[in-house]
Amino acid sequence: MTENPKKNGNIIHFDNVKKMYMENAIALDGVTLSIGKNEFVSIVGHSGAGKTTLLKMLLAEEKPTDGKVYFNTTDVHSLNRKNITYYRRKIGTVFQDFRLIPSKTAYENVAFAMEACGREDREIELDVPYVLDLVDLGNKIWNFPNELSGGEKQRLAIARAIVNQPEVLIADEPTGNLDPINTYEIAQILKKINNIGTTVILTTHNKGVIDSLNSRVVTMENGKIIRDNENGKYII
Amino acid sequence: MFWMNTKRIVKYGFINFWRNGFVTLASILIMTVTLFIMGSLIFLGAILDSSLNQIKNKVDINVYFVTTAPEEDIISLKSSLEQLSEVSSVEYVSREQAIEEFKKRHENDQLILQALQELDDNPLGAHFNIRAKETSQYESIATFLENYQTSSGGVSIVDKVNFFQNKIAIEKLSNIILSIDKLSFGVIIVFMIISILIIFNTIRLAIYTSREEISVMKLVGAGNFYVRGPFVIEGIMYGVSSALIALALFYPVTIWMAPLTEDFFGGANIFNYYVNNFAQIFVVLILSGVFLGGVSSYLAVKKYLKI
Repeated sequence: MTENPKKNGNIIHFDNVKKMYMENAIALDGVTLSIGKNEFVSIVGHSGAGKTTLLKMLLAEEKPTDGKVYFNTTDVHSLNRKNITYYRRKIGTVFQDFRLIPSKTAYENVAFAMEACGREDREIELDVPYVLDLVDLGNKIWNFPNELSGGEKQRLAIARAIVNQPEVLIADEPTGNLDPINTYEIAQILKKINNIGTTVILTTHNKGVIDSLNSRVVTMENGKIIRDNENGKYII
Repeated sequence: MFWMNTKRIVKYGFINFWRNGFVTLASILIMTVTLFIMGSLIFLGAILDSSLNQIKNKVDINVYFVTTAPEEDIISLKSSLEQLSEVSSVEYVSREQAIEEFKKRHENDQLILQALQELDDNPLGAHFNIRAKETSQYESIATFLENYQTSSGGVSIVDKVNFFQNKIAIEKLSNIILSIDKLSFGVIIVFMIISILIIFNTIRLAIYTSREEISVMKLVGAGNFYVRGPFVIEGIMYGVSSALIALALFYPVTIWMAPLTEDFFGGANIFNYYVNNFAQIFVVLILSGVFLGGVSSYLAVKKYLKI
């Protein structure tokens, strides 16, 4: 395991990360990016700019062709399979297509994330209703995902992502399938999660969401970072 | 921690089995058909075995002694024969028994009975009915008898060994039995392989529908054991349910088939076999179901765990 040579305040550091799928399909082209603790970073860019690939690198879903990804002091891709499992428990993830488990109720979807981390039954019984209340799903606790609206599904996905109190929350285009009202609600929930001390990384196409957050904006194009602004706006 | 996880895995295995209604039903139906085929192979093997044994039992060789052969020489030959590893049984029919049997066989034929009475002495010699363990072993027994005749020097007590008359028929029969044995073994192996492949593919398809679910489980930080466990339990439950259904189906099917097999194969009653060997068939089918369901699920999930 190699150590992060960068400054201590950073929780995540991408060090000249490259990802090539084929000789002429470059997804990431030498990305260097540091994200500080409790920061809210939005990553914007056209489809195919490399946003999702960057998040996959952080989740160790894929390995970089070159370069390193650090989480605190840990080189993520030097971890073995078992340690990757433990590492992922420090990160909550929300996807555009929700990725809920269709055969489990709202309660069970959230409880599963806690069970996977080996939490006690008593803890689960206390925390799951609390988190579902927090995302305003207290009355849909025993509903299956197919009985929920798009906004409710995404709130459920957020509840699942935060129930283990992760250090980082990744939201990959979470409002892509939602109407403006639900989009606004999700943005507010993410802001709240950031305010209580969780680092949030958001990728989105939604100009309204970026402009309303008033936080750091990283713009990507063709696998490279072309702009990185504190309190940025949506400019492509 | 281990027990807590195991308890949760078993619980989710049962819940998934119940909730995945259509997939569960389809998987159980296909597994039932394949386990039924496997069970049928057990019955087929048993019927063939009993039919072949019956045929084998009908084959024996007879050694006829001259009428003047002393009984102690015959008895000593009997004990020599019984020491041969190829010999299954030697039945000694004395001259008196032979004449009694002859009279009984011809009790309605007055002419023969009168002719017998005309004779001063019993015209029949004693004989042996010899059974070998395998039909292919008759030749070596016959050779032993031949050598025995020559080694006894001069006066032979053996009048006739009927193997030499029936040699071609016995050899042909033992070749047929050997071929049927090999063929049925081959057929059983081929059907077993087909059944295993069908079960594996069915479970693979059932798990294919859950591939997204597996990737999500991995991304929320679940370990391989925890992700795979409920699927393996579900697979085992498919196997147990299918084996129980197949076992239940065999009850009416064997009742219906019993007279047919009895007529066709001569003597082998398939229903009696089912009842007498129920425990054995139960264990074989349940274990096959559990093993195939569990192992297929274990292997099928493996593919989607590489995240």
